[in-house]
Amino acid sequence: MKIKQLITVSVMTAAVIASQTVSARTIIQNKGSDTLVNVAQAWAETYPTINPDVVVAVSGGGSGTGIAAMINGTVDIANASRSMKPKEIKQAKDSGQNPVEHVVGYDALAVYIHNDNPAKSLSFHQLARVFGRGGDATKWSDLGLKIPGCGSDQIVVVSRQNNSGTYAYFKKAVLGSAAKDGVIKKGSFRQGTLDMHGSKDVVDLVEKTPCAIGYSGLAYATEHVKLACISKADNGTCINPSVATASDRSYPIARPLFMYTDGEPKGDIKKYMDWIKSDAGQCIVKKKGYAPFRDVSCK
Amino acid sequence: MTELSRVSSGNIPDINKRTLDWYFDKIVQYLVFLSGISAIILIIGIFAFVTMEGFGFLLEDFSLKEFLLSPWWEPTDDDEPTYGILALIAGTASVTGLAMLIAIPFSLGSAVYIAEFATGKKREYLKILVELLAAIPSVVWGFIGLSIMNPLIIEFFDVPVGLNILNAGIILGLMAAPIMTSISEDALKAVPDKYREAAEAMGATRWQVIYKTILPAAKNGLLGAVLLGVGRGFGETMAVLMATGHAINIPGSVFDSVRALTATIAAELGETAVGSPHYQALFTIGIFLFLITFIINLTADLIVRGIRKS
Repeated sequence: MKIKQLITVSVMTAAVIASQTVSARTIIQNKGSDTLVNVAQAWAETYPTINPDVVVAVSGGGSGTGIAAMINGTVDIANASRSMKPKEIKQAKDSGQNPVEHVVGYDALAVYIHNDNPAKSLSFHQLARVFGRGGDATKWSDLGLKIPGCGSDQIVVVSRQNNSGTYAYFKKAVLGSAAKDGVIKKGSFRQGTLDMHGSKDVVDLVEKTPCAIGYSGLAYATEHVKLACISKADNGTCINPSVATASDRSYPIARPLFMYTDGEPKGDIKKYMDWIKSDAGQCIVKKKGYAPFRDVSCK
Repeated sequence: MTELSRVSSGNIPDINKRTLDWYFDKIVQYLVFLSGISAIILIIGIFAFVTMEGFGFLLEDFSLKEFLLSPWWEPTDDDEPTYGILALIAGTASVTGLAMLIAIPFSLGSAVYIAEFATGKKREYLKILVELLAAIPSVVWGFIGLSIMNPLIIEFFDVPVGLNILNAGIILGLMAAPIMTSISEDALKAVPDKYREAAEAMGATRWQVIYKTILPAAKNGLLGAVLLGVGRGFGETMAVLMATGHAINIPGSVFDSVRALTATIAAELGETAVGSPHYQALFTIGIFLFLITFIINLTADLIVRGIRKS
């Protein structure tokens, strides 16, 4: 699916470039997070109506890709669903880049389960027992659940590849905090998780697999999968993931979405970043199923 | 006739004279020589490149014990990244092993049929079809695994997820079978007809001729075919990436999801910062894979060459 998006974007970009070769145009290279790629595309498609002299070329591939490209100096703006690690910032500085962080929105990281799964709510500790290394829940009955259509009772744990921002955030926020509470020994994933290569692949697999549980951005939700209600404490009230609960930060696994520029943005890149943070840009965030980073009223 | 006699009667061109043709001849000669040795240059170049990229890791973070014996592949961990490929080796080996179990009977059977039984047009059609099968791109095989085999395996075996060793093994077996069939068939054809005739003269049935005479005589060629199939299995990437489930796991049954060495490189290399330890570790896996496939293919080649000579 990601490849299809990528092709669409490249073809569209190529078409835009080809149709506008008359005057010199600035091309902004924008790459990174799969979580952000839909929004980034929508921004890139809308922006030419405001400023026709600028073309934004968007591609996905994951936060790791975007940050790697920022370190290697091959993009103007890197999208990331996690913040850069100190090590990465050092690497970037070593290669002559000076990454500057911009928060452009929030995303609720939803826990996806099959539509037939009767689970009402899941706590951080339960999630850690399922996903974490040394966690004791390998069967649904360990959580006191019985899933219709899942005869083997085995939990199929769906995760992401290890340089995905979603992977890193889930690991830190859920497994890390549970490890501090002593539910699991180490704040990292168990062995044998199915590591999908895209946000949408996680949702697709969970949709087809009654025994599965996975995590992915809220924007990838469809009516064919169920979103678990998440509580931080074992007996606490659970919060459903939504744009509203991500906006007011009441949903426990809402994370900021970042864009990185090389130094404080200047010229066309600054104009683009300012537009993204304006009401018009933030309404596109909302329209795509993510939470704006500040209150906006959209038509 | 007149034309011919005129040429032969004294117009023989001096081959040492440096005409345009002479230069053309030399240029073509060098071009052919270059293409001849290009394979050698390329393979040395690739090995040098892969080694250079992985070199920093080999010098600094590398621990052979952890690399080969730890089942934890966690190169992005903030506190203590671990680079163990044991589970990945187990994944690749189990998928390749199952693929061979499936491919050997299939390819041997069809090779025996094509070489010994089929005649005339039927034989030609079969050979073309087998070669066509070899031309199916691996991503198409992967897609078959993902969208056709997955639900079938779930339904037939009542397992929670159909992306596992069984799925990838079947896909990989079907992918390796055509090339194994071609080479096995060559090996069977290379057995001299006098063997068949002698066996038949002694009253052997057709089955006995094949089983007792031809298969033993062609055994080196057949072994070479199997090894080439194993090499194919180790190196295959796209199809195993899509069909195995991509789970780091030391498998306990054919219904467990696993992850292959090649698939790990494919999935992670694009998203790693160039020059980081993770990047270099992936290249070290590349070196490892390169060495293994090199050894397998070299052995296969030596075995096949061995029979040609004798």
